[in-house]
Amino acid sequence: MSQRHIISILVENEAGALSRIAGLFSARAYNIESLTVAPTEDPSMSRMTIVTSGSEDVVEQITKQLNKLVEIVKVVDLSEAEHIERELMLIKVRAGQKEREDMKRMADIFRGRVIDVSDNTYTIELTGDGAKLDAFIHALDPGAILETVRTGASGIGRGNRILRV
Amino acid sequence: MDRVKGIELTGAEIVVRCLQEEGVEYVFGYPGGAVLFIYDELFKQDKVKHVLVRHEQGAAHAADGYSRASQKVGVCLVTSGPGVTNAVTGIATAYMDSIPMVIISGQVPTHAIGLDAFQEVDAVGVTRPCVKHNILVKDVKDLAVAIKRAFYLARTGRPGPVLVDIPKDVTMHSCEFDYPESVAMRSYNPVKKGHAGQIKKAMQLLLEAKRPMIYTGGGVILSDAAPQLAELVHELGFPCTNTLMGLGGFPATDRQFLGMLGMHGTYEANMAMQNCDVLLAVGARFDDRVIGNPAHFAQNPRKIIHIDIDPSSISKRVKVDVPIVGHVPDVLADLLKILRASAQRPDPSAIGAWWGQIEQWRGKNCLRYDRSSKIIKPQFVIEKLYEVTGGDAIITSDVGQHQMWAAQFYKFDKPRRWINSGGLGTMGFGLPAAMGARLANPGATVACVTGESSIQMCLQELSTCKQYRLPIKIVNLNNKYMGMVRQWQQFFHGNRYSESYMDALPDFVKLAEGYGHRGVLIDKPADVEPALREAFKRKDELVFMDFITDQTENVYPMVPGGKGISEMILAEDL
Repeated sequence: MSQRHIISILVENEAGALSRIAGLFSARAYNIESLTVAPTEDPSMSRMTIVTSGSEDVVEQITKQLNKLVEIVKVVDLSEAEHIERELMLIKVRAGQKEREDMKRMADIFRGRVIDVSDNTYTIELTGDGAKLDAFIHALDPGAILETVRTGASGIGRGNRILRV
Repeated sequence: MDRVKGIELTGAEIVVRCLQEEGVEYVFGYPGGAVLFIYDELFKQDKVKHVLVRHEQGAAHAADGYSRASQKVGVCLVTSGPGVTNAVTGIATAYMDSIPMVIISGQVPTHAIGLDAFQEVDAVGVTRPCVKHNILVKDVKDLAVAIKRAFYLARTGRPGPVLVDIPKDVTMHSCEFDYPESVAMRSYNPVKKGHAGQIKKAMQLLLEAKRPMIYTGGGVILSDAAPQLAELVHELGFPCTNTLMGLGGFPATDRQFLGMLGMHGTYEANMAMQNCDVLLAVGARFDDRVIGNPAHFAQNPRKIIHIDIDPSSISKRVKVDVPIVGHVPDVLADLLKILRASAQRPDPSAIGAWWGQIEQWRGKNCLRYDRSSKIIKPQFVIEKLYEVTGGDAIITSDVGQHQMWAAQFYKFDKPRRWINSGGLGTMGFGLPAAMGARLANPGATVACVTGESSIQMCLQELSTCKQYRLPIKIVNLNNKYMGMVRQWQQFFHGNRYSESYMDALPDFVKLAEGYGHRGVLIDKPADVEPALREAFKRKDELVFMDFITDQTENVYPMVPGGKGISEMILAEDL
C-alpha cells in the first residue's frame, strides 16, 4: 500500500549533490512530492527534507539507495516515529475595499499574517503542515487567489530524536 | 617510490604523480585538446604506460577488462566532449557489473564551462547515473585529494567506476603536491563485518535445510571469495549454481556444480533454484535474467539468506529472510567457523534424497545439441575451444547467443577467467576487454568469443592489438544473424526477422589481414579443432577465426521474458 513518507537527509554541501539526489529519484521512478534543502548550522552540511510516497518496500529501497550516494551522510525516515513538519506558504490574494475585512479575518482564523499590502492585494504568510495550507486555499474563493508559493515540508523528530553527525 | 612533499607541481604533473602513487601500470586512453598537458606529462615518464586505443569506448572496456582480469583498478583517460561521451557506454558497462575503474576526463577551461565551448559537455551530468561517484575538480589544490578519493571509492565497498573531470586550466595551474596517504569521509563508510547474530541464524537455517541451494554471483569474483565459497559448499555438501557474472566462482567441473542458472541456465540449476527450501545467495542480486518473474519465484515457499556488500541489493526484487551485509569472504569465513564449531550436520537422508532429485533433473541433459551436424554447431566450437585451451584460458565475450554458449560450454574452474558484460549487455565489449585482460596477464592465453555482429561494434581495436602485439585469439561464431535477436523473433515474433540479418558482411579473413593479423575461415566441423590448435600454437599472433556456423541454432534452455525460471523451453529431442 502506498503511503506518504517524509525523509530527512544530511548531505555534504557540495556542488552536484542536489542533482544526484533528484536524479536518483527520477532514474528509479520514485515519487517526489516536495523537496527542500538549505545549509545547517554547520555550513559544510545541508539538511534536506523529501516528501515521497510508496509502499514499505519502495520506501526501504529509497532510503537504501540514498544511503549509497557517496555525499549523503545520514538518512532518516521521519515518518517511522513521532515528528513535526511545517511548510511555509506565501499567498497573494485579491483584497479590494469589498474583500479586505473578510480576507483579514480568514487569515487570522488560520493564524496567518498579512505581510504586504497594496490597494487591492494582501500577501499572507502562513505556516503549518501541508493539510492546513491546503485547507486555507480551499477556504478561499478560487477567484481571489492571485499567486501562491509553497516551500514544501521541513521536518524534525519529536523530543530526543535528533539527526546529526 | 619516495614520497614527495611540498614541491610545486602543475595539475598535469599531479595527475601523473597520483597515478604513479597508486601503482597504476596501464592507462587506456585517447588524447585531445583538453588533456594535452596530461599527455605531455605522460610522455616525460615511463612508470605509467599508456595504451592508445582507436575509440574511447575501447578505452573504457579495455580498462574494465584489465580490472576484471586482475582485481586492480582499471584506469582510462579521455578528452572532453566526444571523448567522454564515447566512453559512456564503457563506463555504464563497468557500473552495471560493479567494476572498479577510474576515468579521468578532460574538460574545457573553468572560465569556459557553461558557455557551449568547443568540445564541451557536462561530463559529470552525463555520467551521473552510471558512475559510483564523479567529481569536477575546479581548483588544482583539490586535485590530488579528488584522485585519491576516486581510487578509494572505486575499489572499496561495492566497487564501481568513478570519474574525475579536470578542466584544462586546472592541469596548467600549479600548487604544492602532497598525496594523501589515506582517505576519511564522514559520508562513506562501507560495512565490512557481517552481523554475528544474522550469521548464526543463517547457519542454523542451512543446517536444518532439506533441499538447500547455494546461488552465487559476481560478488564472489569481485571480492575474491572463491576459496571460502568452495570450502563452505564442500563442507555442507550442498548443490551450487553461479550466475553469468559469477562463473568461475565455484569450479564448473565440480560434481556439486549445477551449471549456470537463469534465462539460459541449466534445467537442473533452475529447477533446484525454484524447488529448494533454503537458499543461500552470495554476492548476487536476483535480477530479471536470473530468477525470471519474481511472483512466480515466490510461489514456492523457501527461506532466503542473502550475503551482499550492498544493502540496496538485498530485498530489492525478492524478499529475504536473513539479510547479511558484509564483505563476502569475511562472512563466508565466519559461516565456516560456526559450522566447524557445531556438532550438527545437515540431515544426510534429506540431502541424499535432494541430490537424487537433482540427478534426475541433470539426466535431462539440457545442453544437448546435434553432434552429427554437417554444419558447424556453435556449441561444438566452444567445446573444442575448451579442450584445446585445457580450460585454462581467459575468455572474454561480446553479447548474444555466442555469449550464452560460451557461458554454458566453457567450464570455468577459476575466477577472473570469464569476462563479459552481464548487466548492461554491451556488444563490442569483448575485443577491447581482451586487450585489457591480456595486458593484466602477460603470457596468458586470451580468447574473445564473439559473433559477426558484436565484433563489428569495436572492430577498430584490431589496430590497437597490432600496435601493442596482443596475440588475442578471436573466435567469431558467424551465423550471419544477430543470433539472439533472431531467436526472439523466431519464438515471439512469428519468424519475422526484422533487420536481424546482416547483409554485406565483410570478408573477416581479409579484414584481419588488413589490420596486419592472421585470418582463417572455417566452415566444416572437421576443421574446427585443427584450426583452433593451429591458432593457439601461434603464441605471438592475433588470429581471427571466422567459424561459419548453423544459422538456425538456438540457445537452450530458454526462459521466456516474464516467465518463471522453471518454465523453460528445452531443445527438441534429437
